[in-house]
Amino acid sequence: MTSPVITVEHGVVGYDGRPVLRDISLTVTAGEVVAILGANGSGKSTLIRAVLGLVPISAGSVTLFDRPLRRFRQWARIGYVPQRLGAGGGVPATVREVVASGRLARRGVLRPPGRADRSAVDAALRAVGLADRAGDPVSTLSGGQQQRTLIARALAGQPELLVLDEPTAGVDAASQEAFAGALRDFVADGGTVLLVAHELGPLRPVISRAVVVHEGRIAHDGAVPDPAGHHAEPDHDHVHPHCYDEPAGLWSN
Amino acid sequence: MELFQYPYMQRALIGALVIGLAAPALGIYLVQRRLALIGDGVGHVALTGVGAGLLLNRSPVLVAVIAATIGAIAIEIVRSRGRTSGDLALALLFYGGIAGGVLLVGLSDATSANLNAYLFGSLTTISPADLTTIAVLGAAILVTMIALRPALFAVSHDEEYAQVSGLPVRTLNLLIAVATAVTVTIAMRAVGVLLISALMVVPVATAQQVTRGFRSTMAAAMALGFFAAGTGVWVAATADTAPGASVVLVAIASFLVVAVAGAVWRVVRRRTAPTAAPTPEPHEVVLS
Repeated sequence: MTSPVITVEHGVVGYDGRPVLRDISLTVTAGEVVAILGANGSGKSTLIRAVLGLVPISAGSVTLFDRPLRRFRQWARIGYVPQRLGAGGGVPATVREVVASGRLARRGVLRPPGRADRSAVDAALRAVGLADRAGDPVSTLSGGQQQRTLIARALAGQPELLVLDEPTAGVDAASQEAFAGALRDFVADGGTVLLVAHELGPLRPVISRAVVVHEGRIAHDGAVPDPAGHHAEPDHDHVHPHCYDEPAGLWSN
Repeated sequence: MELFQYPYMQRALIGALVIGLAAPALGIYLVQRRLALIGDGVGHVALTGVGAGLLLNRSPVLVAVIAATIGAIAIEIVRSRGRTSGDLALALLFYGGIAGGVLLVGLSDATSANLNAYLFGSLTTISPADLTTIAVLGAAILVTMIALRPALFAVSHDEEYAQVSGLPVRTLNLLIAVATAVTVTIAMRAVGVLLISALMVVPVATAQQVTRGFRSTMAAAMALGFFAAGTGVWVAATADTAPGASVVLVAIASFLVVAVAGAVWRVVRRRTAPTAAPTPEPHEVVLS
């Protein structure tokens, strides 16, 4: 019997009195790769933010590695990959500097980086295929490469659990493949994954279980559901465009 | 140069150099979290402290440190709550600070020359005791900002990630707030309340035009701040100009020189080395 890594029991989250999650219960055990699926606004991102303590739950409980979230301190066991990289006020930062932040959970605030830190950062950069861009400013990278930088940052901390928020949204096909590969390696080494996705794409074979969130409740928990509608077409390659066309008639009448 | 034989000029120079090094070392974190003008706001609040100090016959700098620290912590609390009314709360604090300062200085026996010294700096009136305060506090800021760089970088770069990394985010944010207050108050003697932000921000803005990483930006900004402080005091001594304004103008001149040089260099490089056109990313969809 494997132990639960994440347990949410009757979790409720609301923003300004408006409920986003109503009575969510979810258990993720070690070695699982769980995808949270759902439409935009269904509350799927809120669910992982509540698991990490980034948004407070108003009722219910969250348990991480057998500890109540409030008393959980072993953050080095968790690697978090947010949706996108902040712009950072325009101060440049190299890919390596951003990835090196991932070591802080393990090292603490006061200890300077040592050899183990450097080799973990190197390994993480190799895992996502960005070793040759280590010295480049992150702002010069494509959206997909920036996303890989964030995954490398999480991997650098050598976590047991990866939590990813829409890791493939707006990411080019090459980066999606690189990401799926990095995730496969992580799972093969015994890692647990909880990720939010709008569309699974190349990740589909890696996912062991899918949870569908609909209007703040869990509508499905089990096998990965088959895509519906035009998404089900055999050669459908759902890759979001990097930017949308300017609406017609913005400057004309 | 013979002006620098006088002890008051030596103190002015050393004080300016310490601040020139310390202000950008802190300022880079403020720029990174889009709080470039926070030094200005804290400076306004510090002025109330100066006024209170003059009125109560206490050390104006000491009272200013306390007032600025309270102000900086208040600003940090407003910022971390992330309320939409945050900028209005800041405006109240800023203008309340400067109005309170002007009012209190007016109530005390101080002359308008005293007020000017704090508004625009008065490097040449730095006493040996002042210089010790500047040197000790400046060194403390420098050591903290450099030693805690990985953690402060992480917290300024991506606060939520830092929180999930288990970093003491609130403590680090308060540390930056208190460091801002201390830097503002020691820099007050050099460049004045109204010009402090320039020394924190302009060297960083100059450096980041040519640097590629955070560490190199920090090092370059500190070098630029040091250069601007030294050159500014020298210009002030030889041309008999206001030292604070001279330091800031040297810093801004450096910014313009680097901006123009950078633009010229990019044009030249494009002309002389016509590198291959950027390779397009592979197509993601096939359009019929």
